[in-house]
Amino acid sequence: MSATPEFLATARAARAGGAKPAKARAILMHPLAKPVLFVAALLPFAWLLYGAFANTLGANPAEALIRSTGDWTLRFLCAALAITPLRQWAGEVALARFRRMLGVYTFFYGVLHFLCYAWLDMGLALDDITHDIAKRPFILVGFTALVLMTPLAATSFNKAIKWLSAPRWRALHKAVYAIVLLGLLHFFWMRAGKHDFAEWSVYAVIVSVLLGDRLLRWARSRAEARRA
Amino acid sequence: MLISNRKSLGLDHGVSSEITPRSVYEERRDLLKLLAAGSAGALLAGWASRDALAQAAGVTRPNKLAALESARSAVAGAVSMDKLTAYADITSYNNFYEFGTDKSDPSHNAGRMKTRPWTVSIEGEVRRPQTLAIEDLLKLAPMEERIYRLRCVEGWSMVIPWVGYSLSELIKRVEPTGNAKFVEFVTLADPKQMPSVSSSVLDWPYVEGLRLDEAMHPLTLLAFGLYGEVLPNQNGAPVRLVVPWKYGFKSAKSIVKIRFVEKQPRTAWVKAAQQEYGFYSNVNPKVDHPRWSQATERRIGEDGIFAKKRPTLMFNGYEAQVGQLYAGLDLAKNY
Repeated sequence: MSATPEFLATARAARAGGAKPAKARAILMHPLAKPVLFVAALLPFAWLLYGAFANTLGANPAEALIRSTGDWTLRFLCAALAITPLRQWAGEVALARFRRMLGVYTFFYGVLHFLCYAWLDMGLALDDITHDIAKRPFILVGFTALVLMTPLAATSFNKAIKWLSAPRWRALHKAVYAIVLLGLLHFFWMRAGKHDFAEWSVYAVIVSVLLGDRLLRWARSRAEARRA
Repeated sequence: MLISNRKSLGLDHGVSSEITPRSVYEERRDLLKLLAAGSAGALLAGWASRDALAQAAGVTRPNKLAALESARSAVAGAVSMDKLTAYADITSYNNFYEFGTDKSDPSHNAGRMKTRPWTVSIEGEVRRPQTLAIEDLLKLAPMEERIYRLRCVEGWSMVIPWVGYSLSELIKRVEPTGNAKFVEFVTLADPKQMPSVSSSVLDWPYVEGLRLDEAMHPLTLLAFGLYGEVLPNQNGAPVRLVVPWKYGFKSAKSIVKIRFVEKQPRTAWVKAAQQEYGFYSNVNPKVDHPRWSQATERRIGEDGIFAKKRPTLMFNGYEAQVGQLYAGLDLAKNY
Protein backbone atom coordinates (compact mmCIF):
# COMPACT_ATOMS: atom_id res chain seq x y z
CA MET A 1 0.00 0.00 0.00
CA SER A 2 2.77 2.41 0.93
CA ALA A 3 4.25 1.83 -2.49
CA THR A 4 1.34 3.59 -4.17
CA PRO A 5 2.33 7.23 -3.65
CA GLU A 6 5.88 6.47 -4.63
CA PHE A 7 4.69 4.63 -7.68
CA LEU A 8 2.41 7.52 -8.63
CA ALA A 9 5.23 9.97 -8.21
CA THR A 10 7.44 7.84 -10.39
CA ALA A 11 4.74 7.51 -13.01
CA ARG A 12 4.10 11.22 -12.98
CA ALA A 13 7.80 11.94 -13.34
CA ALA A 14 7.97 9.43 -16.15
CA ARG A 15 5.11 11.13 -17.97
CA ALA A 16 6.64 14.55 -17.53
CA GLY A 17 10.12 13.50 -18.52
CA GLY A 18 9.18 10.87 -21.07
CA ALA A 19 11.58 8.46 -19.39
CA LYS A 20 10.72 4.82 -18.86
CA PRO A 21 8.99 4.40 -15.51
CA ALA A 22 11.38 1.61 -14.77
CA LYS A 23 10.90 1.50 -11.04
CA ALA A 24 7.12 1.42 -11.17
CA ARG A 25 7.25 -1.20 -13.85
CA ALA A 26 9.62 -3.26 -11.74
CA ILE A 27 7.18 -3.18 -8.81
CA LEU A 28 4.15 -3.96 -10.95
CA MET A 29 5.85 -6.79 -12.82
CA HIS A 30 7.45 -8.28 -9.74
CA PRO A 31 6.51 -11.96 -9.41
CA LEU A 32 5.29 -11.25 -5.87
CA ALA A 33 3.04 -8.34 -6.86
CA LYS A 34 0.01 -10.50 -7.52
CA PRO A 35 0.35 -12.73 -4.45
CA VAL A 36 0.77 -9.61 -2.31
CA LEU A 37 -2.40 -8.07 -3.72
CA PHE A 38 -4.20 -11.40 -3.31
CA VAL A 39 -3.37 -11.51 0.39
CA ALA A 40 -3.99 -7.80 0.93
CA ALA A 41 -7.45 -8.10 -0.58
CA LEU A 42 -8.23 -10.89 1.88
CA LEU A 43 -7.33 -8.74 4.89
CA PRO A 44 -10.76 -7.10 5.28
CA PHE A 45 -12.33 -10.54 5.21
CA ALA A 46 -9.85 -11.84 7.77
CA TRP A 47 -10.44 -8.81 9.97
CA LEU A 48 -14.23 -9.28 9.86
CA LEU A 49 -13.95 -13.00 10.49
CA TYR A 50 -11.70 -12.37 13.46
CA GLY A 51 -14.07 -9.67 14.72
CA ALA A 52 -17.06 -11.98 14.48
CA PHE A 53 -15.38 -14.60 16.64
CA ALA A 54 -13.50 -12.29 19.00
CA ASN A 55 -16.61 -10.10 19.36
CA THR A 56 -14.87 -6.86 18.47
CA LEU A 57 -17.48 -5.64 15.99
CA GLY A 58 -19.40 -3.52 18.49
CA ALA A 59 -22.86 -3.87 19.99
CA ASN A 60 -24.47 -5.08 16.76
CA PRO A 61 -21.98 -7.40 15.06
CA ALA A 62 -24.51 -8.70 12.54
CA GLU A 63 -25.17 -5.20 11.27
CA ALA A 64 -21.43 -4.46 11.22
CA LEU A 65 -20.80 -7.57 9.08
CA ILE A 66 -23.58 -6.79 6.63
CA ARG A 67 -22.52 -3.17 6.23
CA SER A 68 -18.77 -3.78 6.06
CA THR A 69 -19.06 -6.47 3.40
CA GLY A 70 -21.22 -4.06 1.39
CA ASP A 71 -18.67 -1.28 1.84
CA TRP A 72 -15.84 -3.53 0.67
CA THR A 73 -17.80 -4.66 -2.38
CA LEU A 74 -18.15 -1.05 -3.44
CA ARG A 75 -14.49 -0.30 -2.65
CA PHE A 76 -13.17 -3.20 -4.74
CA LEU A 77 -15.53 -2.28 -7.54
CA CYS A 78 -14.15 1.26 -7.55
CA ALA A 79 -10.59 -0.10 -7.47
CA ALA A 80 -11.29 -2.41 -10.41
CA LEU A 81 -12.85 0.43 -12.37
CA ALA A 82 -9.89 2.68 -11.58
CA ILE A 83 -7.39 0.42 -13.30
CA THR A 84 -8.13 1.44 -16.87
CA PRO A 85 -8.17 5.25 -16.34
CA LEU A 86 -5.06 4.94 -14.18
CA ARG A 87 -3.33 2.84 -16.81
CA GLN A 88 -4.13 5.34 -19.53
CA TRP A 89 -3.23 8.30 -17.39
CA ALA A 90 0.07 6.82 -16.21
CA GLY A 91 0.81 5.10 -19.48
CA GLU A 92 1.52 1.96 -17.51
CA VAL A 93 0.18 -1.16 -19.18
CA ALA A 94 1.39 -3.42 -16.37
CA LEU A 95 -1.45 -2.15 -14.16
CA ALA A 96 -3.92 -4.22 -16.17
CA ARG A 97 -2.48 -7.36 -14.58
CA PHE A 98 -4.46 -6.61 -11.43
CA ARG A 99 -7.84 -5.74 -12.86
CA ARG A 100 -9.20 -9.26 -12.99
CA MET A 101 -8.25 -10.02 -9.40
CA LEU A 102 -9.92 -6.85 -8.18
CA GLY A 103 -13.02 -7.73 -10.16
CA VAL A 104 -13.20 -11.23 -8.74
CA TYR A 105 -12.71 -9.85 -5.23
CA THR A 106 -15.61 -7.48 -5.86
CA PHE A 107 -17.74 -10.53 -6.55
CA PHE A 108 -16.30 -12.31 -3.51
CA TYR A 109 -17.28 -9.46 -1.17
CA GLY A 110 -20.62 -9.06 -2.94
CA VAL A 111 -21.43 -12.71 -2.31
CA LEU A 112 -20.33 -12.35 1.31
CA HIS A 113 -22.55 -9.28 1.62
CA PHE A 114 -25.52 -11.22 0.28
CA LEU A 115 -24.77 -14.23 2.49
CA CYS A 116 -24.54 -12.00 5.57
CA TYR A 117 -27.89 -10.45 4.72
CA ALA A 118 -29.50 -13.80 3.95
CA TRP A 119 -28.12 -15.49 7.03
CA LEU A 120 -27.86 -12.81 9.70
CA ASP A 121 -30.86 -10.71 8.71
CA MET A 122 -33.18 -13.28 7.20
CA GLY A 123 -32.14 -16.41 9.09
CA LEU A 124 -31.60 -18.25 5.76
CA ALA A 125 -35.36 -18.54 5.35
CA LEU A 126 -35.64 -18.82 1.57
CA ASP A 127 -39.30 -17.76 1.60
CA ASP A 128 -38.54 -14.60 3.55
CA ILE A 129 -35.56 -13.77 1.33
CA THR A 130 -37.42 -14.07 -1.96
CA HIS A 131 -40.31 -12.14 -0.48
CA ASP A 132 -37.97 -9.42 0.76
CA ILE A 133 -36.17 -9.12 -2.57
CA ALA A 134 -39.44 -8.81 -4.44
CA LYS A 135 -40.96 -6.38 -1.96
CA ARG A 136 -38.15 -3.91 -1.43
CA PRO A 137 -36.63 -2.00 -4.36
CA PHE A 138 -33.54 -1.29 -2.27
CA ILE A 139 -32.87 -5.00 -1.83
CA LEU A 140 -33.89 -5.81 -5.40
CA VAL A 141 -31.39 -3.32 -6.81
CA GLY A 142 -28.55 -4.76 -4.75
CA PHE A 143 -29.52 -8.30 -5.65
CA THR A 144 -29.72 -7.43 -9.36
CA ALA A 145 -26.19 -6.04 -9.19
CA LEU A 146 -24.99 -9.31 -7.67
CA VAL A 147 -26.80 -11.38 -10.31
CA LEU A 148 -25.24 -9.26 -13.07
CA MET A 149 -21.83 -9.76 -11.49
CA THR A 150 -22.11 -13.54 -11.60
CA PRO A 151 -21.47 -14.11 -15.35
CA LEU A 152 -18.59 -11.65 -15.16
CA ALA A 153 -16.97 -13.56 -12.34
CA ALA A 154 -17.71 -16.84 -14.11
CA THR A 155 -15.86 -15.72 -17.25
CA SER A 156 -12.83 -14.37 -15.45
CA PHE A 157 -10.27 -16.76 -16.89
CA ASN A 158 -8.34 -16.80 -20.16
CA LYS A 159 -10.13 -19.73 -21.75
CA ALA A 160 -13.48 -17.97 -21.29
CA ILE A 161 -12.24 -15.11 -23.43
CA LYS A 162 -11.28 -17.57 -26.14
CA TRP A 163 -14.59 -19.44 -25.92
CA LEU A 164 -16.62 -16.28 -26.07
CA SER A 165 -14.33 -14.47 -28.51
CA ALA A 166 -12.72 -11.30 -27.26
CA PRO A 167 -15.31 -8.81 -28.60
CA ARG A 168 -18.19 -10.76 -27.03
CA TRP A 169 -16.31 -11.11 -23.77
CA ARG A 170 -15.66 -7.37 -23.73
CA ALA A 171 -19.30 -6.61 -24.48
CA LEU A 172 -20.38 -8.87 -21.63
CA HIS A 173 -18.01 -7.21 -19.22
CA LYS A 174 -19.46 -3.79 -20.06
CA ALA A 175 -22.16 -4.87 -17.59
CA VAL A 176 -19.83 -3.61 -14.89
CA TYR A 177 -21.08 -0.06 -15.60
CA ALA A 178 -24.65 -1.10 -14.85
CA ILE A 179 -23.42 -2.95 -11.77
CA VAL A 180 -21.64 0.04 -10.28
CA LEU A 181 -24.64 2.30 -10.87
CA LEU A 182 -26.97 -0.23 -9.26
CA GLY A 183 -24.56 -0.57 -6.36
CA LEU A 184 -24.51 3.18 -5.84
CA LEU A 185 -28.32 3.33 -5.98
CA HIS A 186 -28.54 0.49 -3.46
CA PHE A 187 -26.25 2.36 -1.08
CA PHE A 188 -28.08 5.64 -1.66
CA TRP A 189 -31.43 4.09 -0.80
CA MET A 190 -30.04 2.47 2.27
CA ARG A 191 -28.74 5.80 3.55
CA ALA A 192 -31.79 7.76 2.39
CA GLY A 193 -33.76 6.38 5.32
CA LYS A 194 -31.57 8.36 7.65
CA HIS A 195 -30.88 11.29 5.36
CA ASP A 196 -27.20 10.63 5.69
CA PHE A 197 -25.41 11.05 2.38
CA ALA A 198 -21.92 12.12 3.45
CA GLU A 199 -20.28 8.74 2.85
CA TRP A 200 -22.38 7.99 -0.18
CA SER A 201 -21.28 11.26 -1.80
CA VAL A 202 -17.64 10.18 -1.61
CA TYR A 203 -18.40 7.03 -3.61
CA ALA A 204 -20.61 8.99 -5.99
CA VAL A 205 -17.76 11.40 -6.75
CA ILE A 206 -15.26 8.57 -7.28
CA VAL A 207 -17.61 6.69 -9.59
CA SER A 208 -18.44 9.88 -11.51
CA VAL A 209 -14.75 10.50 -12.12
CA LEU A 210 -14.14 6.88 -13.19
CA LEU A 211 -17.13 6.74 -15.52
CA GLY A 212 -16.73 10.36 -16.64
CA ASP A 213 -13.22 9.59 -17.81
CA ARG A 214 -14.53 6.78 -19.99
CA LEU A 215 -17.31 8.94 -21.39
CA LEU A 216 -14.84 11.66 -22.29
CA ARG A 217 -12.51 9.24 -24.04
CA TRP A 218 -15.38 7.66 -25.87
CA ALA A 219 -16.69 11.06 -27.04
CA ARG A 220 -13.18 12.11 -28.11
CA SER A 221 -12.56 8.90 -30.08
CA ARG A 222 -15.91 9.29 -31.80
CA ALA A 223 -15.08 12.86 -32.77
CA GLU A 224 -11.71 11.70 -34.07
CA ALA A 225 -13.30 8.89 -36.04
CA ARG A 226 -15.69 11.35 -37.64
CA ARG A 227 -12.82 13.64 -38.58
CA ALA A 228 -10.87 10.78 -40.14
CA MET B 1 -34.67 -64.56 45.44
CA LEU B 2 -37.39 -67.00 44.58
CA ILE B 3 -40.82 -65.70 43.87
CA SER B 4 -42.88 -68.31 45.66
CA ASN B 5 -46.45 -67.29 45.34
CA ARG B 6 -48.92 -64.90 43.77
CA LYS B 7 -49.45 -63.06 47.03
CA SER B 8 -45.93 -61.73 47.15
CA LEU B 9 -46.51 -60.22 43.73
CA GLY B 10 -49.45 -58.28 45.13
CA LEU B 11 -51.78 -59.86 42.65
CA ASP B 12 -53.80 -61.81 45.14
CA HIS B 13 -56.31 -60.08 47.34
CA GLY B 14 -57.88 -62.23 49.98
CA VAL B 15 -60.71 -59.85 50.71
CA SER B 16 -62.44 -57.86 48.00
CA SER B 17 -62.57 -54.82 50.30
CA GLU B 18 -58.80 -54.63 50.02
CA ILE B 19 -59.13 -53.83 46.33
CA THR B 20 -59.05 -50.13 45.70
CA PRO B 21 -62.01 -49.11 43.54
CA ARG B 22 -61.02 -47.72 40.16
CA SER B 23 -62.67 -44.36 40.78
CA VAL B 24 -60.69 -43.91 43.99
CA TYR B 25 -57.31 -44.65 42.55
CA GLU B 26 -58.02 -42.49 39.55
CA GLU B 27 -58.87 -39.66 41.89
CA ARG B 28 -55.64 -40.29 43.73
CA ARG B 29 -53.74 -40.09 40.48
CA ASP B 30 -55.39 -36.81 39.61
CA LEU B 31 -54.46 -35.50 43.02
CA LEU B 32 -50.89 -36.62 42.53
CA LYS B 33 -50.79 -34.99 39.10
CA LEU B 34 -52.18 -31.81 40.56
CA LEU B 35 -49.61 -31.90 43.34
CA ALA B 36 -46.84 -32.52 40.87
CA ALA B 37 -48.04 -29.70 38.66
CA GLY B 38 -48.47 -27.46 41.67
CA SER B 39 -45.03 -28.14 42.93
CA ALA B 40 -43.65 -27.65 39.46
CA GLY B 41 -45.56 -24.39 39.29
CA ALA B 42 -44.16 -23.37 42.63
CA LEU B 43 -40.74 -24.37 41.41
CA LEU B 44 -41.21 -22.30 38.28
CA ALA B 45 -42.49 -19.40 40.33
CA GLY B 46 -39.40 -19.79 42.44
CA TRP B 47 -37.26 -19.67 39.36
CA ALA B 48 -39.11 -16.64 38.08
CA SER B 49 -38.68 -14.77 41.34
CA ARG B 50 -35.08 -15.86 41.45
CA ASP B 51 -34.78 -14.38 38.00
CA ALA B 52 -36.43 -11.20 39.20
CA LEU B 53 -34.08 -11.08 42.17
CA ALA B 54 -31.14 -11.67 39.92
CA GLN B 55 -32.49 -8.87 37.78
CA ALA B 56 -32.78 -6.53 40.78
CA ALA B 57 -29.30 -7.53 41.75
CA GLY B 58 -28.29 -7.16 38.10
CA VAL B 59 -28.92 -3.43 38.15
CA THR B 60 -25.58 -2.86 39.74
CA ARG B 61 -24.06 0.53 39.26
CA PRO B 62 -21.24 0.57 36.75
CA ASN B 63 -19.59 3.27 38.91
CA LYS B 64 -18.98 5.57 35.98
CA LEU B 65 -21.17 8.53 36.90
CA ALA B 66 -22.96 10.03 39.90
CA ALA B 67 -25.46 7.73 41.59
CA LEU B 68 -29.17 8.42 41.21
CA GLU B 69 -31.21 6.76 43.95
CA SER B 70 -34.56 5.27 43.07
CA ALA B 71 -37.20 2.81 44.17
CA ARG B 72 -38.58 0.11 41.91
CA SER B 73 -41.61 1.44 40.04
CA ALA B 74 -45.09 0.22 40.92
CA VAL B 75 -46.56 1.36 37.58
CA ALA B 76 -48.16 -1.53 35.66
CA GLY B 77 -45.79 -2.88 33.02
CA ALA B 78 -42.92 -0.64 34.13
CA VAL B 79 -40.56 -3.43 35.15
CA SER B 80 -39.75 -5.83 32.35
CA MET B 81 -38.37 -9.22 33.32
CA ASP B 82 -36.22 -9.39 30.18
CA LYS B 83 -32.48 -9.71 30.60
CA LEU B 84 -30.82 -6.30 30.83
CA THR B 85 -28.65 -5.07 27.99
CA ALA B 86 -25.08 -4.44 29.10
CA TYR B 87 -24.22 -0.88 30.19
CA ALA B 88 -21.33 -0.88 27.70
CA ASP B 89 -23.70 -1.60 24.80
CA ILE B 90 -26.33 0.90 25.96
CA THR B 91 -23.72 3.63 26.15
CA SER B 92 -21.72 2.88 22.98
CA TYR B 93 -24.39 2.09 20.40
CA ASN B 94 -26.48 5.24 20.07
CA ASN B 95 -28.46 7.24 17.59
CA PHE B 96 -27.94 10.86 18.62
CA TYR B 97 -27.42 12.64 15.33
CA GLU B 98 -26.35 15.93 16.88
CA PHE B 99 -23.09 14.14 17.63
CA GLY B 100 -22.76 12.29 14.32
CA THR B 101 -24.63 9.66 12.38
CA ASP B 102 -22.42 6.70 13.20
CA LYS B 103 -23.55 4.59 16.15
CA SER B 104 -20.22 5.14 17.88
CA ASP B 105 -20.13 8.92 17.28
CA PRO B 106 -22.26 9.95 20.29
CA SER B 107 -20.10 8.07 22.79
CA HIS B 108 -17.00 9.69 21.25
CA ASN B 109 -18.33 13.22 20.82
CA ALA B 110 -20.98 13.78 23.50
CA GLY B 111 -18.45 14.26 26.28
CA ARG B 112 -18.08 17.93 25.49
CA MET B 113 -21.77 18.68 26.06
CA LYS B 114 -22.31 20.70 29.24
CA THR B 115 -25.29 19.50 31.25
CA ARG B 116 -24.95 22.06 34.09
CA PRO B 117 -26.42 24.62 34.26
CA TRP B 118 -29.47 23.25 32.44
CA THR B 119 -33.01 24.50 32.30
CA VAL B 120 -36.19 23.22 30.75
CA SER B 121 -38.78 25.80 29.86
CA ILE B 122 -42.44 24.86 29.92
CA GLU B 123 -44.40 26.91 27.42
CA GLY B 124 -47.61 27.17 25.48
CA GLU B 125 -51.08 26.14 26.59
CA VAL B 126 -50.43 25.85 30.32
CA ARG B 127 -51.70 27.89 33.26
CA ARG B 128 -48.31 27.82 34.92
CA PRO B 129 -45.59 28.31 32.34
CA GLN B 130 -42.17 28.22 33.94
CA THR B 131 -38.51 27.54 33.49
CA LEU B 132 -37.25 24.74 35.65
CA ALA B 133 -33.63 24.22 36.58
CA ILE B 134 -32.47 20.61 36.28
CA GLU B 135 -31.98 20.56 40.07
CA ASP B 136 -35.68 21.36 40.57
CA LEU B 137 -36.73 18.79 38.00
CA LEU B 138 -34.71 16.13 39.78
CA LYS B 139 -36.64 16.86 42.99
CA LEU B 140 -40.06 17.22 41.41
CA ALA B 141 -41.21 13.65 42.07
CA PRO B 142 -39.77 10.47 43.60
CA MET B 143 -37.33 8.66 41.32
CA GLU B 144 -38.41 5.25 40.10
CA GLU B 145 -36.45 2.48 38.49
CA ARG B 146 -38.14 1.20 35.35
CA ILE B 147 -36.92 -1.57 33.12
CA TYR B 148 -38.17 -0.89 29.62
CA ARG B 149 -37.67 -2.59 26.32
CA LEU B 150 -36.40 -0.12 23.73
CA ARG B 151 -37.14 -0.93 20.10
CA CYS B 152 -35.30 1.09 17.48
CA VAL B 153 -36.99 1.70 14.14
CA GLU B 154 -33.85 0.18 12.58
CA GLY B 155 -34.75 -3.27 13.85
CA TRP B 156 -32.72 -3.73 17.00
CA SER B 157 -33.72 -3.61 20.64
CA MET B 158 -32.34 -3.26 24.14
CA VAL B 159 -33.60 -3.63 27.70
CA ILE B 160 -32.68 -0.60 29.78
CA PRO B 161 -33.08 0.14 33.49
CA TRP B 162 -34.03 3.81 33.46
CA VAL B 163 -34.35 6.12 36.45
CA GLY B 164 -37.00 8.81 36.38
CA TYR B 165 -40.68 9.49 36.95
CA SER B 166 -43.85 9.67 34.88
CA LEU B 167 -43.98 12.76 32.68
CA SER B 168 -47.55 13.16 33.99
CA GLU B 169 -46.07 14.31 37.33
CA LEU B 170 -44.67 17.36 35.58
CA ILE B 171 -47.69 17.89 33.35
CA LYS B 172 -50.07 17.95 36.34
CA ARG B 173 -47.99 20.63 38.02
CA VAL B 174 -48.00 23.00 35.03
CA GLU B 175 -51.76 22.62 34.46
CA PRO B 176 -52.41 22.37 30.71
CA THR B 177 -55.34 24.43 29.43
CA GLY B 178 -58.24 22.98 27.47
CA ASN B 179 -56.44 23.95 24.27
CA ALA B 180 -53.47 21.70 24.95
CA LYS B 181 -53.90 18.70 22.66
CA PHE B 182 -50.26 17.83 21.99
CA VAL B 183 -46.94 18.10 23.74
CA GLU B 184 -43.84 19.11 21.81
CA PHE B 185 -40.34 18.33 23.02
CA VAL B 186 -37.52 20.54 21.80
CA THR B 187 -33.97 19.35 22.35
CA LEU B 188 -30.63 21.10 22.57
CA ALA B 189 -29.06 22.17 19.26
CA ASP B 190 -25.82 23.94 20.02
CA PRO B 191 -23.26 23.74 17.19
CA LYS B 192 -20.51 24.62 19.66
CA GLN B 193 -21.13 21.48 21.69
CA MET B 194 -22.64 19.29 18.98
CA PRO B 195 -20.48 18.79 15.87
CA SER B 196 -23.23 17.50 13.58
CA VAL B 197 -25.75 20.26 14.16
CA SER B 198 -24.11 22.05 11.24
CA SER B 199 -24.96 19.12 8.94
CA SER B 200 -28.14 18.99 6.90
CA VAL B 201 -29.14 15.51 8.01
CA LEU B 202 -32.07 16.88 9.99
CA ASP B 203 -33.78 20.19 10.55
CA TRP B 204 -32.37 21.24 13.93
CA PRO B 205 -33.33 21.44 16.70
CA TYR B 206 -34.63 17.91 16.97
CA VAL B 207 -38.32 18.10 17.78
CA GLU B 208 -40.54 15.29 18.92
CA GLY B 209 -44.14 15.18 20.03
CA LEU B 210 -46.89 13.19 21.67
CA ARG B 211 -50.63 13.46 21.95
CA LEU B 212 -51.51 14.82 25.40
CA ASP B 213 -53.11 11.52 26.44
CA GLU B 214 -49.95 9.66 25.37
CA ALA B 215 -47.84 12.12 27.34
CA MET B 216 -50.07 11.63 30.39
CA HIS B 217 -49.79 7.83 30.26
CA PRO B 218 -47.98 6.57 33.38
CA LEU B 219 -45.49 4.60 31.27
CA THR B 220 -44.29 7.78 29.55
CA LEU B 221 -41.13 8.47 31.45
CA LEU B 222 -39.08 11.56 32.06
CA ALA B 223 -35.71 9.92 32.55
CA PHE B 224 -32.68 11.30 34.36
CA GLY B 225 -30.59 8.19 34.72
CA LEU B 226 -29.88 4.61 33.80
CA TYR B 227 -28.30 1.73 35.65
CA GLY B 228 -28.69 3.64 38.92
CA GLU B 229 -26.59 6.58 37.75
CA VAL B 230 -27.23 9.87 36.00
CA LEU B 231 -27.59 9.64 32.22
CA PRO B 232 -24.39 9.53 30.19
CA ASN B 233 -24.38 12.41 27.69
CA GLN B 234 -24.73 10.08 24.71
CA ASN B 235 -27.96 8.74 26.16
CA GLY B 236 -29.59 12.16 26.41
CA ALA B 237 -28.31 13.78 29.61
CA PRO B 238 -29.44 15.46 31.71
CA VAL B 239 -33.11 14.78 30.97
CA ARG B 240 -34.86 12.84 28.24
CA LEU B 241 -38.12 11.24 27.33
CA VAL B 242 -38.70 7.48 27.18
CA VAL B 243 -41.86 6.21 25.49
CA PRO B 244 -41.40 2.43 25.55
CA TRP B 245 -44.18 1.47 23.12
CA LYS B 246 -42.89 3.75 20.35
CA TYR B 247 -39.79 3.49 18.19
CA GLY B 248 -36.77 4.90 19.95
CA PHE B 249 -36.52 8.13 17.97
CA LYS B 250 -39.76 9.33 19.59
CA SER B 251 -37.93 9.51 22.92
CA ALA B 252 -36.28 12.93 22.65
CA LYS B 253 -32.90 13.38 24.32
CA SER B 254 -31.38 16.36 26.16
CA ILE B 255 -34.66 18.26 26.35
CA VAL B 256 -34.60 22.05 26.76
CA LYS B 257 -38.21 22.96 26.07
CA ILE B 258 -41.60 21.34 26.52
CA ARG B 259 -44.43 23.07 24.69
CA PHE B 260 -48.13 22.38 25.04
CA VAL B 261 -49.83 23.01 21.72
CA GLU B 262 -53.15 22.67 19.98
CA LYS B 263 -51.91 21.34 16.64
CA GLN B 264 -49.92 18.18 16.00
CA PRO B 265 -46.23 19.17 16.09
CA ARG B 266 -44.09 18.80 12.96
CA THR B 267 -41.50 16.41 14.31
CA ALA B 268 -37.93 16.15 13.02
CA TRP B 269 -38.31 12.79 11.26
CA VAL B 270 -41.71 13.61 9.82
CA LYS B 271 -40.14 16.72 8.29
CA ALA B 272 -37.20 14.70 6.97
CA ALA B 273 -39.08 11.73 5.51
CA GLN B 274 -42.82 11.79 6.02
CA GLN B 275 -43.46 8.63 4.06
CA GLU B 276 -41.09 6.65 6.26
CA TYR B 277 -41.62 8.01 9.76
CA GLY B 278 -45.04 8.95 11.03
CA PHE B 279 -46.07 11.07 13.99
CA TYR B 280 -47.29 8.06 15.97
CA SER B 281 -44.47 5.63 15.23
CA ASN B 282 -45.88 3.02 17.55
CA VAL B 283 -43.93 -0.22 17.49
CA ASN B 284 -45.96 -2.40 15.16
CA PRO B 285 -44.73 -5.68 13.65
CA LYS B 286 -47.47 -5.53 11.02
CA VAL B 287 -46.57 -2.15 9.54
CA ASP B 288 -43.24 -2.34 7.74
CA HIS B 289 -40.78 0.43 7.15
CA PRO B 290 -40.57 0.98 3.36
CA ARG B 291 -37.10 -0.53 3.26
CA TRP B 292 -37.22 -3.24 5.88
CA SER B 293 -39.60 -5.41 7.80
CA GLN B 294 -40.57 -4.50 11.36
CA ALA B 295 -41.78 -8.03 12.15
CA THR B 296 -38.58 -9.05 13.90
CA GLU B 297 -35.78 -7.49 15.86
CA ARG B 298 -32.29 -8.25 17.08
CA ARG B 299 -31.74 -7.91 20.82
CA ILE B 300 -28.38 -6.24 21.25
CA GLY B 301 -25.81 -8.32 23.10
CA GLU B 302 -28.13 -11.26 23.52
CA ASP B 303 -29.09 -12.71 20.18
CA GLY B 304 -25.86 -14.14 18.77
CA ILE B 305 -24.73 -13.22 15.30
CA PHE B 306 -26.27 -16.33 13.82
CA ALA B 307 -29.38 -16.46 15.99
CA LYS B 308 -32.68 -15.93 14.29
CA LYS B 309 -34.12 -12.53 15.10
CA ARG B 310 -36.92 -12.47 17.66
CA PRO B 311 -40.47 -11.45 16.80
CA THR B 312 -41.36 -7.84 17.53
CA LEU B 313 -44.35 -7.44 19.82
CA MET B 314 -47.33 -5.16 19.16
CA PHE B 315 -46.68 -1.85 20.93
CA ASN B 316 -43.34 -3.37 21.91
CA GLY B 317 -45.16 -5.65 24.36
CA TYR B 318 -47.02 -2.82 26.09
CA GLU B 319 -50.34 -3.43 24.35
CA ALA B 320 -52.14 -4.26 27.61
CA GLN B 321 -51.15 -0.89 29.02
CA VAL B 322 -51.45 1.40 25.99
CA GLY B 323 -53.65 -0.38 23.44
CA GLN B 324 -56.76 1.54 24.53
CA LEU B 325 -55.11 4.84 23.56
CA TYR B 326 -55.47 3.83 19.93
CA ALA B 327 -58.90 2.18 19.94
CA GLY B 328 -60.54 2.77 16.57
CA LEU B 329 -57.41 4.31 15.03
CA ASP B 330 -56.18 2.84 11.73
CA LEU B 331 -52.63 2.00 12.72
CA ALA B 332 -51.52 1.31 9.14
CA LYS B 333 -52.54 4.84 8.12
CA ASN B 334 -51.41 6.44 11.36
CA TYR B 335 -48.00 4.81 11.40
